[in-house]
Amino acid sequence: MRTREELREVVLRVLGRIAPEADLKALGPAESLREELDIDSVDFLNFMIGLNAELGVEIPEADARKLSSLEDCISYLLSNAESR
Amino acid sequence: MPSLGADMEAGTLVEWRIRPGDGVKRGDIVALVETEKGVIEVEIFASGIVDSILASPGEKVPVGTVLATIRVEGEPAEAAAPSEKKPPEVPKPAAPAPEAPAWIAPIREARTARPLASPVARRRAEESGLDLSSVTGTGEGGIITLADVEGAPSRIEEKAKRSLATADQLTAMRRAIAAAMTRSKREIPHYYLATPIGMSRAVAWLREVNLGRPVTNRLLYSVLILRAVALALRDFPEMNGFWLDGAFKPGSGIHVGIAISLRQGGLVAPAIHDVDKKDLEELMRSILDLVNRARTGMLRSSELSDATITVSNLGEQGVETIFGIIYPPQVALVAFGALTEQPWAENGMVGARSVIMAGLSADHRASDGHRGGRFLSAIDRLLQEPEKL
Repeated sequence: MRTREELREVVLRVLGRIAPEADLKALGPAESLREELDIDSVDFLNFMIGLNAELGVEIPEADARKLSSLEDCISYLLSNAESR
Repeated sequence: MPSLGADMEAGTLVEWRIRPGDGVKRGDIVALVETEKGVIEVEIFASGIVDSILASPGEKVPVGTVLATIRVEGEPAEAAAPSEKKPPEVPKPAAPAPEAPAWIAPIREARTARPLASPVARRRAEESGLDLSSVTGTGEGGIITLADVEGAPSRIEEKAKRSLATADQLTAMRRAIAAAMTRSKREIPHYYLATPIGMSRAVAWLREVNLGRPVTNRLLYSVLILRAVALALRDFPEMNGFWLDGAFKPGSGIHVGIAISLRQGGLVAPAIHDVDKKDLEELMRSILDLVNRARTGMLRSSELSDATITVSNLGEQGVETIFGIIYPPQVALVAFGALTEQPWAENGMVGARSVIMAGLSADHRASDGHRGGRFLSAIDRLLQEPEKL
């Protein structure tokens, strides 16, 4: 089981690969990833594919909206990533 | 030095991936070149053996200059072709080169001793342009694992990031866009048409298809749009190609440039080749890969020089109708607005439908509005049968 901190690192690492120019340290936990990082649907799909590659988590399309902020991502991954 | 866009005048050689005596085959990445569009991987256009290298890293080289010469099988050494103005003709082999001769592999193998690495680590390293010899392996017996590769900063990524981040780079890109767009508005008599396209069927079909798919195989509506444009182009060849020297030259294939905005400013429109010949899954993978590489700064030369038409999907930011400016010497651009829910009348009934506005900007020298309108109708018809795309 990964800790919140470990999951946070994974999320930030995957985001960093999609938006290398973004200042991820300045990203607030509740801020919208799409708005703050200016990522579009292609970037977002790449983000979910990246999480899948790192954690093996399968994110159904209907769950994509549950990944709107950093905090949301961590919570979602905590309950879904390793309970497969 | 290849021309990576209508208004590129010169590029700076960043590094060579080849040495004299190396075997290369058409499509191999042989050098990295820095342009106003970032660092670009330059592919070789013919197969053969590297004869001589004529430019050094750090050198700024005008478009059309010979960077290196290659020898095709049977051709004697020192047969350097004369420099020409047209980039694709830089040291052109006398005869068509044989595809992937058998001796290529041994030569490449011998060049470097392969560091020990797991196959998946090796593949990932290749994908991200990471030199495995720069990675310390932490696996059993010092073998390089996937985690080692992913933890290592890619040399190229860093280089690309650094170069993209500089103000100079942004200024250069701004200048290149300014030059291309000014030329377009000065030379191309644009005409503009727009039509709303009902997307309810496409959206419903996508929802159903995606339900059973893993995230790695999921489709976005932009892939349907791209495919519909490419299939429609088969019947409207006058939209697919270039206006050169006072005449229309049809494209050699349907290579669709995808307009991709860069977050740090500017945009690029790299091509996906032969869109009409790829299925939706393959196209989706191409889009994901291309957008990621465009935004992290590593495109290939053929992607920047081959587009025969451009598609823009700016609509994601919420604007409904877009009329783009044609990227010269292309003759058309199709831009899609936001996917919105609208009242829509059909068979005497009004209902709510998903609608997207398709805007065509086309070169009146190459086509007329009547054909342009039929082209948009063809795209519309194709999008009503998403299962056939």
